[in-house]
Amino acid sequence: MADVNRGNRPLSPFMLGKYYRFQISSLTSILHRITGVAMGGAALLVVWWFLAAATGPAAFARADWVLTSWLGHLVLIGALWALFYHLLNGIRHLVWDAGHGFDLETAARTGKGALIGSAVLTLLTVIIVAMG
Amino acid sequence: MRFLTDRKRAAGLGSAGDGVHHWWQQRVTAVALVPLALLFLFPFARALGSGHEAVLAAYGKPFNAIVAIAFFAAAFAHLRLGLQEVIVDYVSSHGMRAALLVVNTLACWLLGLAGIFAVVLIAL
Repeated sequence: MADVNRGNRPLSPFMLGKYYRFQISSLTSILHRITGVAMGGAALLVVWWFLAAATGPAAFARADWVLTSWLGHLVLIGALWALFYHLLNGIRHLVWDAGHGFDLETAARTGKGALIGSAVLTLLTVIIVAMG
Repeated sequence: MRFLTDRKRAAGLGSAGDGVHHWWQQRVTAVALVPLALLFLFPFARALGSGHEAVLAAYGKPFNAIVAIAFFAAAFAHLRLGLQEVIVDYVSSHGMRAALLVVNTLACWLLGLAGIFAVVLIAL
């Protein structure tokens, strides 16, 4: 009953890079995490911008200047790509949860679709928003 | 409790004690975020840099305000669950893990509520 080996079991290594051949499924998997965490950072900026707008014109001007600055645009366009990638790959995960698309060929194809699709959607959105 | 056997009491609850609750919450918020993220995105992107008055007008519209509030609620619930998964995967020290999980929960609730409060202030 007592677990004599507790705390002394082998741990699984971090699989990317050294131990694991590069493949699209590992790339799409880690990107899902990275984009999710990164959007948490972007969410801070978005909430700050809304709070500033609720506070008044001076506070809003400051927040809006930061978000629409050169660096702000870079961060927000990065977050936009993260959103589209996480959205497309998230739908891929939901389809997997329903039990479909697990064979290697389909998984590789939908993975590429999420990568390329997110880049295309980001570009389209930037164009649409820039044109008004 | 004494009407349940020990096995019956534990079945389906897993090591975290709440079974598939986290998994389901993650999926339900994910499904909600598919339309909400897209509906939130465009009014927000247009409002950026459009001036204070335009922002107040944009989020004075009930539709935009309700979408923004629902988006913040679903997004920060989803973020909390996702960051929780990342923390338990990568932080092995028990004390640090427990501390980060508490900070994660409080920070996500605080930010989500702050965002919702801001939209309500603008809309009213």
